[in-house]
Amino acid sequence: MTSPLVRVEDLTIDFGKVRAVDGLSFTLEAGAALGVVGESGSGKSASASALLGLHRGTGARVTGTVHVAGTDVGAADEAGLRALRGAEAAMIFQDPLSSLDPYYTVGDQIAEVYRVHNRVSRRAARARAVEVLDRVGIPDAARRARFRPHEFSGGMRQRVLIAMALACEPRLIVADEPTTALDVTVQAQILDLLHELRRETGTGLLLVTHDVGVAAESVDDILVMRHGRAVERGPVAEVLGAPREPYTRELLASVPRVDAKRASRVPGPRAAGGEDVPLLEAVGLRREFGRGAGRVTAVDEVSLTLHAGETLGIVGESGSGKTTLGRMLVRLLDPTAGGLRYRGRDIASLPENGLRPFRRELQMVFQDPVASLNPRRSAGESVADPIRAAGETDEGRIRARVGELLERVGLDAGHHERYPHEFSGGQRQRIGIARALAAEPKLIVCDEPVSALDVTTQAQVIALLAELQHELGIGLVFIAHDLAVVRQVSDRVAVMRQGRIVEQGPVDEVYGSPRDPYTRQLLAAVPALDPALAAVRRATRRELAAA
Amino acid sequence: MSEALLVQEAGAAPVAAPASGARQFWRRLRAQRAATAAAAVVLLLFLAAIAAPLLAALAGQDPDTYHPDLVDSAAGGVPIGSFGGIGADHWFGVEPQTGRDLFARVVYGARVSLGVAVVATVLQVTIGVTVGLGAALGSRRVDQVLSRITDVNVALPLMVIALGLLAIVPSSFPRPVLIALVIGGINWAGTSKIVRAQALALKSLDFVSAARLAGRGRWSIARRELLPSLAAPVITYAALLFPVNITVEAALSFLGVGIKPPTPSWGQMLTEADTWYQSAPTYLLLPAGLLFVTVLALTVLGEGIRTALDPRAASRLRIGTGRGQREEHAKEPTT
Amino acid sequence: MTGFLLRRLGGAVFVLLSLTVILYAVFYVAPGDVAQIACGPRCSPAQVAQVTEQLRLDDPVYTQYGHFLQGVLAGRDFSTGTGVEHCSAPCLGVSYQSDQQVMRLILAKLPATGSLVIGAFAGWILLGVGTGVLSAWRRGRITERVLTWLTLAGTATPVFVIGLLLIIVFCSTLQWLPSPAYVPFTENPEQWAWGLLLPWVSLALIESAKYARLTRSSMLETLAEDHVRTFRAYGVGERAIIGRHALRGALAPVIALSALDFGSMFGGAVLTESLFGIPGIGRELVHAVKVVDLPVVVGMVLVAGFFVVLANAVADVLYALADRRVVLS
Repeated sequence: MTSPLVRVEDLTIDFGKVRAVDGLSFTLEAGAALGVVGESGSGKSASASALLGLHRGTGARVTGTVHVAGTDVGAADEAGLRALRGAEAAMIFQDPLSSLDPYYTVGDQIAEVYRVHNRVSRRAARARAVEVLDRVGIPDAARRARFRPHEFSGGMRQRVLIAMALACEPRLIVADEPTTALDVTVQAQILDLLHELRRETGTGLLLVTHDVGVAAESVDDILVMRHGRAVERGPVAEVLGAPREPYTRELLASVPRVDAKRASRVPGPRAAGGEDVPLLEAVGLRREFGRGAGRVTAVDEVSLTLHAGETLGIVGESGSGKTTLGRMLVRLLDPTAGGLRYRGRDIASLPENGLRPFRRELQMVFQDPVASLNPRRSAGESVADPIRAAGETDEGRIRARVGELLERVGLDAGHHERYPHEFSGGQRQRIGIARALAAEPKLIVCDEPVSALDVTTQAQVIALLAELQHELGIGLVFIAHDLAVVRQVSDRVAVMRQGRIVEQGPVDEVYGSPRDPYTRQLLAAVPALDPALAAVRRATRRELAAA
Repeated sequence: MSEALLVQEAGAAPVAAPASGARQFWRRLRAQRAATAAAAVVLLLFLAAIAAPLLAALAGQDPDTYHPDLVDSAAGGVPIGSFGGIGADHWFGVEPQTGRDLFARVVYGARVSLGVAVVATVLQVTIGVTVGLGAALGSRRVDQVLSRITDVNVALPLMVIALGLLAIVPSSFPRPVLIALVIGGINWAGTSKIVRAQALALKSLDFVSAARLAGRGRWSIARRELLPSLAAPVITYAALLFPVNITVEAALSFLGVGIKPPTPSWGQMLTEADTWYQSAPTYLLLPAGLLFVTVLALTVLGEGIRTALDPRAASRLRIGTGRGQREEHAKEPTT
Repeated sequence: MTGFLLRRLGGAVFVLLSLTVILYAVFYVAPGDVAQIACGPRCSPAQVAQVTEQLRLDDPVYTQYGHFLQGVLAGRDFSTGTGVEHCSAPCLGVSYQSDQQVMRLILAKLPATGSLVIGAFAGWILLGVGTGVLSAWRRGRITERVLTWLTLAGTATPVFVIGLLLIIVFCSTLQWLPSPAYVPFTENPEQWAWGLLLPWVSLALIESAKYARLTRSSMLETLAEDHVRTFRAYGVGERAIIGRHALRGALAPVIALSALDFGSMFGGAVLTESLFGIPGIGRELVHAVKVVDLPVVVGMVLVAGFFVVLANAVADVLYALADRRVVLS
C-alpha cells in the first residue's frame, strides 16, 4: 500500500497563548481532494500553512507530525523545505492582488518559481510560464505573460496564481480560500477550472474554505473543523446529506439555500393599514464619479419602491453599484440626477439643514464590523450617540434606553462600557443595529451586513433583523452579493448589474423563473450543497458560457 | 507622497490601533525597558531645567559671575586645576577665559534648550493640527488652498530662513522666544500633512457616516469622532519632533545666531569649545555629551510611545515574516 | 502623465512666487532701517541718504518688489557710484557689502557646496541603505541589535558634534589628515578629495543613520507583505526574497526622501560648511547674515528654496514611478 500523499498526526499549533489547532489528524490519498471547512477561528488556515512548513521562523509553536509527499515537514531542514515548496506541494492564496509581486510581469514570476526547482534556461522557463498560463485559460497567453498583476481582473489574477501552482507539477495543491475574494460567477469559473485540472493531472487537492457550498462542488471528502479540532470527516454526500455531529448539523442548517422558498410570514402588527404612500421611492437615480475622460457612472437610471414593513433585497456582484445606491437612499451620497421621495416628500435635492428633520428616520447598518464602530468609544456610547444628537440630555434616560436596545439585539446590557475590540464580529454588528435603532428609524438600509460574518452568526443576525422588522414595521433594504442570503430575507428583490437594475420583482418569481440572462447566470453560479446538483449546475454554466 | 513617509514614521493607522485607555498605554510603555529608562532620563533633565536656580544655589554658584582667579590668563585663559578645574566648589569645572561655573551654566543652559524646544513643538503641533484638520474637513477649495500653503512651508529651507530672520530682528526682542517662534513657525508642515492624511482616512470610515446619519453636524463630528483618533499619531509625531527642535536650536546657537551670550545654551557653549578640548575637555564634552544624551533619550522615548500606542505595527516590525495578520484573525472569538 | 507633470510644474511655480513674496515681506519690511543696515553702523546720515537713493529704498514696497521681480525675470539695471551696471536675468540683486551681483556670487560658491553634497550623498546612500538592508536581513540576531543602537546614536548626534570630534581626533591628535580645506576639483582632484573627506564622512555618518532606520523599517514592512509570503511558499531563498522582491518596494520611500534631502542640502549644509570652512553657499550665507547683507540673504534663500521645490517635484515623480501601485493623482 502506497503511503498517503498527506499524513497529519496530532498537529498542534500555538500562537503565543492562543491554541489555533489542537491535535488534528487526517490523511489524504494521492489524487484525492479534501475540503477543510470551518468558521473563523477554526484553525483551518493555520493547518493548511503547516503543510508547507510556513510557520517556521514566525514564533508559532508547532508540534505533531506532518508528512507531505514523503517529506517530514517538521524535521526537514531549510533546503529540504524549500525543495518541497512549489515542487511537491504548491499553495494558492486568497487575495491574488496582494499575493503577486506588483513590480514584475506574471510571466517572470512564474518563470522564477519554475527555475527555483528546475535547472533550465531562462527562455525555457518563460516558455513554461506561457504554457501554464494558457492551460488555465488566459487568452493570448504569450502576450499577457508580459503584463503586470494589476493589469488583470480579479478572476484572471487567481488563474495566474493557479498557473504558478501548476508550473512545477506538484503532487498536492493547497488552496486557502481561493475564491473568497471573487464574485460568484468568477468563483464558479475558478472552481470549474480546478475541477478540470485535477481530472487531467491527478493532483491532490486540499481546499480550505468557510463556504460549505464551495467545498461541496470541488472535493471528494469533507473535514469539518471547529476551535482547532476535527469535528467530522467523510465523503461529501454523507457529511452534507446525513451529518452525524451536532455542530455539523448546526453549520449546515445555518447555510442559506438559494432554492429554499422563504417561509411565509404573518404580517406584523404595524405593517397593515398603514399609508398607501410608499415609504421610499426612487425614480431614475443616477450617480456619476470623476470628471472628463475618467467619468464613471456607478448608478444608472435606477427606480424602485419600498413600502413600510417590507424588505427589498438588492443583489449584485462587485462593481454593480449596489453600495453606491444604498448610500444614496439614505442621502449619505447625493444623487447626480433623479428623484428620491421619502413618504411622498422629495428629498433628493434638499440641502443639509432641510434634511435635518428626516435624517434620523433613514438609518444604515454597515458591512465592516471593524470600521463601523469608533474603536475609541465604548459600545454604550456609540449606541447613545443618536439619542444624544436628538437632544436628550438626561443621563439616566439615556442609560436606560441604551440598555434596552442592547438587550433587544441580544447583548448583555451590562457590557455597555466595553470597547468594540472586546466584542466578536457578530456582536459588533448587533451593536451597529442597536445604534441604528436608537434613532427610531422608519427605514434601514443594510449594506452587506452579514458578509463579514461566519455562517452561524449570519443566521442569527438575519433572524434578528427579521424579528425587528416584524415588531417595528420598518422598511428594510437588504444589499448583498450572496444570492442565498438575499432570498432568505427579502419580500422583493432587484438584481443589479453595472449600475442598472436588470430584473425586479417578488422574490419567489425572480429566483424561480428568472427572465434576464444575467440573473440566470448568477443563479447557476451559486455553489450547491449536493454534489449531484453541483454537476447539473456545472453543466448549465457550460451551456450559458457557450451561448 | 510625503504623507506616506510621514505616516509611516508616525506609525499608527487610525482604526487598526486597538482602543487603548490611558491605562493600557502606560502599561505598554512601562513594559519596554529602554523606553522606561529613557523616560527617567528625560524626567531628570526636565526637573534639572525647572529647578535650575535651586540647583545652582545648592552648588553655591551662578552662571554669570566671572572668576578670573580660576583661570591662568598667562596661558591664554586655561582653567587652573585638572579636567578644567573640577573641584568641590565647581562640580563641572569652570569656563576657560571667564572662569564662570560650568555646572550652573549647564543647568541654566538646559532650561533654555528644553524650553525653546517645548514652545517650538507646541507651536508646530497647534498650527499643524489646525491646518491639517481644516484641509481635511473643509471644502475642496479650502483643501487646495491650505495644501498650497503647506507646500510653500515645506519649501522654506529651515536653517536658511531661521538665519535670515534672526539676523534682522533687533536684539530688543527676547531671543529665546524669537528662536522658538521661528522654529515653530517654519517646521509645522510635517504635522499638518500627517493630520490631513489621517483625518481624510478617518472621514471615509463607516462610523463617521453613522454619526452623520445620527444627525450630527460637521464640527460636532470632528470634535467627537476624529480628534480622539488623531491624538495617537500627533502625539507620536510630536514626541519625535521634540528632539529635532532641540538639535535645531543647538545648531543655530552654535552658528552664533541663536541664543546670544551671556545667556547659556548648550549649542552656544560648543562654539568655542574646539579650541579648548586639550586643556579643558569638559568644556567640549559636557554640552556635547548632554545634547547627545538628551536627544537619544527623547528619541528612544518617542519610539517607545509609538509602540505603546500601536503595538500591532510594532510586532510586525519585530517578527516581520508576514504572519502577524493571520494571528489576529485566528483569535477572533465566535459569538 | 503629462497632466500630472504640468500640474506639478504649476504648483512649483506658485510656491516659488509665494516664496519671493514672503521673503520680500519679511526681509524688506522688517523692523530696522534697511539703508542704515546696508551702509553699516559707522555711516553718516548723508551716506545713509545716498544709499537710500541708490537702492531706491524710498519707493513704496510694492514698487520695490516689482523691481525685484522684474530683475528676476528679465534683468535689471543698477546705478553704481560711477555708472550703470546691467544685471541679467535672473537677477537677484547686488550685495551691499561687496557690490558683487548676488547671482554671480552664488554661482561662484556653488561648486564647493555641490562637491560636498554629492560626495556626502553617495556616502550616506551606500552606508545607510546597506546598513538598513543588513539589519532587516539579520533581523532578530545580534547584528541587528547592535546596528539598531548604533543608528539610534547616529540620529541623536548633531552633525557639528561629530564633525568636531572627527577634526579633533584625526587632524589634531592623530594628525593623519591635514586640516580640512577646500581645493577646487579643477585645480587638484586629489587634494580636493582629501580636503573633503572629513566633511563627507561627518555628513554621511549622520544622515546614513536616518536612512538606515528608514530602510530597515521599510524593509521589515515589505517583508511582511503577502507577495513576499507567496515566494517564500514556493521555496525561493531568503537572499532572492530580499534582493528581488522586497528591496524595490522597500526602497520607494527611501528614494523619495533622499531626493528631498539632496535638494534641501543645497541651501542647508550650513553647519558642515561653517565647521569645516568650506567656501560654499551655506557659509557665505552665515556671513551675510552676520553682516546683514540683505540682497545676498534673500537671493540665497530663494535659490535654496528653488532647489527644495525642484527636489520635491522630482521626489514625487520618482516615488510614483518606483511604486507602481501609487496612482498619479
